[in-house]
Amino acid sequence: MRRREQARRPAPGAPTVSLAAVQIGAVASRSIRRTLRQPAMAIPPLVFPVALMLVNSAGLEPSTLLPGFPTDSFLAFALAVPFIQGALFATMGAGTELARDIQTGFLNRLSLTSLRGSALLLGHLAGVVVLGVGQAIFYIAIGLLVGVEFAAGAGGIVVLLVFAILVSFGFGALGAFLALRTGSGESVQAMFPLLFVFLFISSMNTPRDLIAVEWFRVLATLNPISYLIECVRSLIITGWDIQALSLGFGIAAVIAVVSLVLAAWALTRRMTRT
Amino acid sequence: MRIWPVASGVAWRTLRNIIKTPSLLLPTTLFPLFFFTAFAGGLSQVQNVPGFDYPAGYTSFQFVFVLLQSAAFGGVFTGFGIARDFESGFGKRLLLASPKRSGIVLGYALAAVGRWVITATVLTVVALLFGMNVFGDPAEVVALYTIAILLNAAALLWAAGMAFRFRTIQAAPLMQLPVFLLLFFAPVYVPLDLLTGWIETVATYNPITYMMEAGRGLIAGAPTEVALAFSLGFLMIAAFGVWAFRGLRRAEAAG
Repeated sequence: MRRREQARRPAPGAPTVSLAAVQIGAVASRSIRRTLRQPAMAIPPLVFPVALMLVNSAGLEPSTLLPGFPTDSFLAFALAVPFIQGALFATMGAGTELARDIQTGFLNRLSLTSLRGSALLLGHLAGVVVLGVGQAIFYIAIGLLVGVEFAAGAGGIVVLLVFAILVSFGFGALGAFLALRTGSGESVQAMFPLLFVFLFISSMNTPRDLIAVEWFRVLATLNPISYLIECVRSLIITGWDIQALSLGFGIAAVIAVVSLVLAAWALTRRMTRT
Repeated sequence: MRIWPVASGVAWRTLRNIIKTPSLLLPTTLFPLFFFTAFAGGLSQVQNVPGFDYPAGYTSFQFVFVLLQSAAFGGVFTGFGIARDFESGFGKRLLLASPKRSGIVLGYALAAVGRWVITATVLTVVALLFGMNVFGDPAEVVALYTIAILLNAAALLWAAGMAFRFRTIQAAPLMQLPVFLLLFFAPVYVPLDLLTGWIETVATYNPITYMMEAGRGLIAGAPTEVALAFSLGFLMIAAFGVWAFRGLRRAEAAG
C-alpha cells in the first residue's frame, strides 16, 4: 500500500506537469467509471439518438425526391445528427454528475486536498471526451452497418473522430460551467429542453437552402448547431468540403474556448465560496 | 352515484396542482408548440415531394400529428402524477378515503382531459396564427378533437395501469416510451402511401396511423376512415381500461 502511494507521489525534483497529469488521469478515470457504472447514464446517449435517426430516416426518406436534395439516402443525410445529439446528451450527463459532486460536498472535500482546480476541470473534461469518442465510434459503426458510405473515406472518419473530440470537449465544458454556476443537477437538466430547441431549429432534417419557411431558414442559419451538423454531414455525403469543415471546426473551437473560460471562472468562484 | 364526488374531487385536486405548478404545466404546453414549429416550419418542403397530395397544406398536416401527440402525452403526464401521488403516500390515503374507487380513475381521466384542453387551446391558436387551413366544417372539427380526447383517455388509462402497478415515478419511462414509439411509428411526416420499407409495415398495423389519417381527413374537409378511427379509440380505451382497473386492484392489494 505504502509502495503504491510512493509510486503515485512525484519524485523530488520531478517536473510539476507529471503531478498534474496524474491528477487529471485520476479525475478522468473516476468520471468515466462513474458513467459506465450507471447504465441509465451511459445507454441513452448511445441508443436514443440512433433510434430517433432510424425513425426519422424511415419517415423522411421521400424527402430525397425533392429537387436539389444532396443525397438519395436520408439515412446518410441524418447520420450527422446523432453525433451532435449525443454530445448534447453527454453535456447534460457530465454536468449533472459534476453538480452532484457539488451537492454531496465531494467538491468541498476535494478543495481540501492538493488537487488543482485546472486538474479537476481538465480531468472531468477528459472523461467527457473519452465517452464522446466512444459514442462517435458507435455511431460510425451503426452507419457502416446500415450501409452508409463515407464520401470522405477512411481519412474522413479520422477527421470525424477529431471533430467528436472537439465537440465533446466544448459541450462538456458548457455542462461543467452550468453545473459549477448553478450547483444543482436539476438546474442542469432543466437546460436540456433549451439545447433540444437548438437542435430542432437547425438544418438537422432539411438542408438550409431547401427550408421553405423564411423565418425558420433565418433561425437555422443563425444557429451554430446547423454548422456542426453540416460539418459532419459533409464528410459523410459530400467528401472534403473545406467551407463546411472550416465553419464546423471554427464554431466548435469557439464554443470550446468560450465554455472553458466560463467553466474556469465558475470553478474559481465555486472554490472561493467553499 | 357515489362515484361522482370521488371523481370530481380527484380531478379538481389534480388540475389545481397542474395549473399552480409551472414546472408541470409549461412543458406539456410548450413541447407540442415546439414540435409544431420545428416540423411545420422546418419540413414544409416535404409537401412538394412527388405524390404528396394534401389539400390543406403541410401546416394542417403537422397540426393533426402534434394535436394527437399532445393528447397522448397529456394522458401520460397525468399518469406521472398518479405515480407521484402513490410515492408520496397520498395514493394510499386516497384509496382509504374513497367509497367508490373507480371514481379515482375517472377523476384522473377528467384531469387529463382538462389538462389537454389547455394545451389544445394554445396549440390551436398558435396554429391558426401560423396560417393553418381548416377546410372541415364545424362537425368535422369537433370529430377531430373527439378523436384526440379518445387518445388522451387511452393514454391516461395505459399510464394509470403502470402507475398503479409500480407506484413510483421511476416507472415514468415505461409509461412514456411505448406511447412515444407508437406515435412516431405512424405516418408523421408524409401520408401512409408515401412510406416505404419497414416503417410502412409498422405504420400499417399501428392504430395511431388511422386516427392520424382520419384527423387529417377531417381538418381537410375530406373525411376518411373516421369510423375506423373512432372504433380503434374506443377499443384502446376498453383494453387499457381493463389494464388500469386491474392495476388499481393491485394497488389496493398492496395496501
